[in-house]
Amino acid sequence: MTEDVNQRNREKLRARGVRLDYWNERTRRRLEILAGIDLTVREGELVAIVGPSGCGKSTFLAAVDGLVKPNAGAIEVDGNPVIAPGHDRAMVFQQDCLFPWRTVLRNVSYGLELRGELSRHEIRKRAESLIELVGLTGFADSYPHELSGGMRQRVNIARALAPHPELLLLDEPFASLDAQTRDFMQLELLKILARTGTTALFVTHQIDEAVFLANRVAVFSARPARIKQIVEVDLPPQRSLEMKLWPRFRELQDEIWRSIYQETIHLTAAE
Amino acid sequence: MTIEPAAEVLILEAAEPAERRVGLRGEGAILGTVSVAGFLLLWQTSVAMGWIAPLFVSSPARILVTGFGMFRDGSIYPDLAVSGEEFILGFGLAALAGIPLGILMGWYYRLNAVLDPFVNALYATPRIALMPLIIIWFGVDLSAKIAIIFLSSVFPVLVSTMTGVRTIDRDFIRVARSFGATDRQLFRTVALPSSVPNLLTGLRLGLGHALIGIVVGEMYGASAGIGFMMQTAGATFQTDKVMVGIALIAAAGMAMTRLLKALEKRFDAWRPDHHL
Repeated sequence: MTEDVNQRNREKLRARGVRLDYWNERTRRRLEILAGIDLTVREGELVAIVGPSGCGKSTFLAAVDGLVKPNAGAIEVDGNPVIAPGHDRAMVFQQDCLFPWRTVLRNVSYGLELRGELSRHEIRKRAESLIELVGLTGFADSYPHELSGGMRQRVNIARALAPHPELLLLDEPFASLDAQTRDFMQLELLKILARTGTTALFVTHQIDEAVFLANRVAVFSARPARIKQIVEVDLPPQRSLEMKLWPRFRELQDEIWRSIYQETIHLTAAE
Repeated sequence: MTIEPAAEVLILEAAEPAERRVGLRGEGAILGTVSVAGFLLLWQTSVAMGWIAPLFVSSPARILVTGFGMFRDGSIYPDLAVSGEEFILGFGLAALAGIPLGILMGWYYRLNAVLDPFVNALYATPRIALMPLIIIWFGVDLSAKIAIIFLSSVFPVLVSTMTGVRTIDRDFIRVARSFGATDRQLFRTVALPSSVPNLLTGLRLGLGHALIGIVVGEMYGASAGIGFMMQTAGATFQTDKVMVGIALIAAAGMAMTRLLKALEKRFDAWRPDHHL
């Protein structure tokens, strides 16, 4: 057991020895995707996961969400074992996947509607406050196809946050945005998470994105994935875009890049 | 004067083939109007000049005069009423049966496996081939016409709706599951709404088949209706009346297709391949 600096913070997510195989019907072979993942995310923390392409980052996230079942190991959120998708977690998918037949307001309401615990009026009120939180006041009655890519991702985030999840899972949410919009959305995300106090697990391909957003960056090895390294991001907690130019930012980026690069070499050597 | 815009379009197209689809505003409408007007003019002229006998092809003017006459003396209304009733009942029943059955077959794999062979066989059979059977079962009255119109239009509606339910975007399913949707919730909040565009396409295709059903149905022993009117007019070489019937059916078909197309366009943003 390693002694953590932030011991006062409760563990929000605890994954131990998560293994996942998948049977490929076409090649008739068992494919090992996750080879025992141990990861802890503390309350209020943002942990980013990076790693070589196809290493199983998204699969791990889906396992935490309860969308896929690991073959072995345990995933707990607030001490409760994850067996299926639940209201304590919410996923922000890469493709925004907003329902085109629902307005922004009704997209954001979706999770709450499924739960059926709140009255129509309460759902509306909460959805409206989230739309405001992500800066889309005035667009409640717009349809997704009327919005820009950045705006759609905001709706996507608002939709995930509406049921007040304990843990927000983000699967490369900004991958399809242009560079400037992405910078802006990164800042926005940090603000939103700070304001709601939500813990987050963030999968990305972009190393700079990981360093910029995260308190810690978990580097996954090539498939079958293990956690190769965990990099503590010792930048000031209040992030600003200039930090991307700081020498320390560069150092962290380089360290992570090297780590992933070694894995890619293993990967190509193995094939 | 009306030719000029068309000429400009040609130049535009030659210069920038990549932007051909943009063209001039209303370009398509102008070209369409010009071509139809030209065709009607040619038709009228060739009859007026005695190149072709009106017995064979009638003429636009004669069709108009005959048509107005039939409306003025009221002789067309009973036929319109009969055909309209057949259409509404036949096509209405097709939608009423085809949509729910299509949704269920799209959703329940087993139901689909059971019914699919029948649907496929009937969909592939020209429905006219069933006409003798239908007459044996229903006789020659209204129910026979409703049956043939129903059988003509139910399959496009059913198959298209089923396809809509079956080809739900997997991402939507993942989102719904991630929010903890049960099967029923998935059905109600994802499968149903996302099949609407296909459903409309099915209705549009079914509509065309329903109109065929009217004409075919009334050609086999009927006592009234637009198809019957055309049949008797044709047998007595009243080409003008036949043409009036064709024009009426074409107009009805085009009007309803337009309406459904406009609806489809409204829901186009819903199509799974369209949301990126």
